[in-house]
Amino acid sequence: MKARSSLESRGFVGLRAVLLIVFGLICLAPIVWMLLASFKTNIDIYDPSSTFSFTPTLQNYSAVFAQADFLQFFFNSLVIGVGSTALSLLIGVPAAFSMQRFGMAKSSGLVLLSRVIPHVTLLVPWYFIFASLQMVGGYSSLIISHMFISVPLIVWVMIGVFEGVPVELEEAARVDGLTHIGAFRRIVIPLVVPGIATSAILSFIFSWNNFVFALVLSGTNTRTLPVAIFNFIGYASIDWGALMAACVSITAPMIVMALLGQKYVVAGMTAGAVKG
Amino acid sequence: MSTVVTGRPRRPWDGFSDWANKHRKWVLAAPAIIFVIALMVVPLLYTVVLSFTDAEGSIQRAFDFVWFENYVSILTDTARFWPAVWRTVIFTAVAVTLEMTIGMAVALLLRRPFMGRGLIRVVMLLPLVATPVAVAMMWLLIFEPTVGFANQLLGWLGLPAQGWISDPSTALGTLMLVDVWQWTPMVILILLAGLVGLPEEQQEAARIDGASNWQRFWHVTLPMLKTTVIAALLLRSIDAMKTFDLLYVTKGTGGGSSHEVETLNIYAYALSFDYNEYGMAAALVLIYFLIIVGVLVVLNMRRKEKVR
Repeated sequence: MKARSSLESRGFVGLRAVLLIVFGLICLAPIVWMLLASFKTNIDIYDPSSTFSFTPTLQNYSAVFAQADFLQFFFNSLVIGVGSTALSLLIGVPAAFSMQRFGMAKSSGLVLLSRVIPHVTLLVPWYFIFASLQMVGGYSSLIISHMFISVPLIVWVMIGVFEGVPVELEEAARVDGLTHIGAFRRIVIPLVVPGIATSAILSFIFSWNNFVFALVLSGTNTRTLPVAIFNFIGYASIDWGALMAACVSITAPMIVMALLGQKYVVAGMTAGAVKG
Repeated sequence: MSTVVTGRPRRPWDGFSDWANKHRKWVLAAPAIIFVIALMVVPLLYTVVLSFTDAEGSIQRAFDFVWFENYVSILTDTARFWPAVWRTVIFTAVAVTLEMTIGMAVALLLRRPFMGRGLIRVVMLLPLVATPVAVAMMWLLIFEPTVGFANQLLGWLGLPAQGWISDPSTALGTLMLVDVWQWTPMVILILLAGLVGLPEEQQEAARIDGASNWQRFWHVTLPMLKTTVIAALLLRSIDAMKTFDLLYVTKGTGGGSSHEVETLNIYAYALSFDYNEYGMAAALVLIYFLIIVGVLVVLNMRRKEKVR
């Protein structure tokens, strides 16, 4: 095992530790910086000597949440995220099952093409279609547009998950008197709950973070958080403290989800990439 | 195949149930397929029609068919279109090359278990899940020339302050770095997942043959990881070509005062929603979509090639 010891030598372990600490700090530092700025007065933000030593204040957060609108935007993002995720699961999971079991290459290719197409390609037609149906500015157009991200994502993740469920289980259920769809509902679905959790978490994150659909399709009352934060700037001077407090508020739920559901987030992000 | 094998009496909906089970392939898949056709195929056809017209201002206004005029004027436009193509290419090439290189290095470092590995793997999820608009704002403050941390850091190192995002000559490069910060963890996750599945025997054999660490990586690990590497490259290239939030939030409409960060996506958005030149915008987005499909097809062909 001489060669092994050269690879795992003390020098290598030390170098690895240094490189990974640098990497971790680069990932973390900007977010810490944003967090610090959100607890600073604008005077402290403009003063280089108070980068790390300052008296923390909650005034930015109270300023952000004092605007009744901000809670409304929070609620909008939540409704649209939950609504689009639930509906996408409803149509995406059965579709993925059928596509996996029947090998529907053209159909799954079509669904996955929607993962590739630039959204700007579709925004003008969507705007006019939704406008003619009087849906611009309502939740429905936003939920439908966010589903356009979630459905291909869910199909992509779930096709891989269903590959791991043996067909024999369904055949056994059929012998026991269940229909095909009954076997899917009562035998297969309970087995793929972790895959559904992965899909749901990822779908919610992508909906929560989406900017461009709500930029075009939302009205003043249905604005989502990213659009609300975007509207913070554009005035003569930027209230950096309040802006950073708003940014922390919108990012915090995502970070909590990533910490609690780490396994699912990683599974979703890497789905399908490893197979041939 | 079509009838239910049970002893219970038939219920009114059993007829429907039989039909649904017989046609379950399409019953299960149809809602999603119809959804995608309604939201993608139909709008695309509409865009194709629009691209042959001079529609502008309001869609209710009458428009004439000008056929390929829009395409000709875009492809001969050296003021906005070709610079935007060039910026899209350079942004994607530089950002994705850095992401793949750093991503591979970190993935190799994280390959074997050690104390603190779990912590690093959690920390690197943060850029990935953070809301892109908030990320853009955060870096806007960090790169702010007078109060930002970036220039403060340069000051500590005795280097001159930079304009970063506000300086037209450095804006695109700075934003590439932000893209690298946000998306390298994605590459790491994918490559790590691929590395875990690799068998150890070849590594061991190469080690016994006296191959150096670099030789083992280049001749053993990398060829076996080829499909995963190309999958990561594919995913990142397509998403980098479609970068919108970061560029639009930091530099606004038109990609800044001299269009310094205007990529195809940003230009297409401006044509659509700021200038309302729908016919021209439709032709542009179709050209843009074809470029992306082209990249997808080329990389996918590489992925499907048999590993020798």
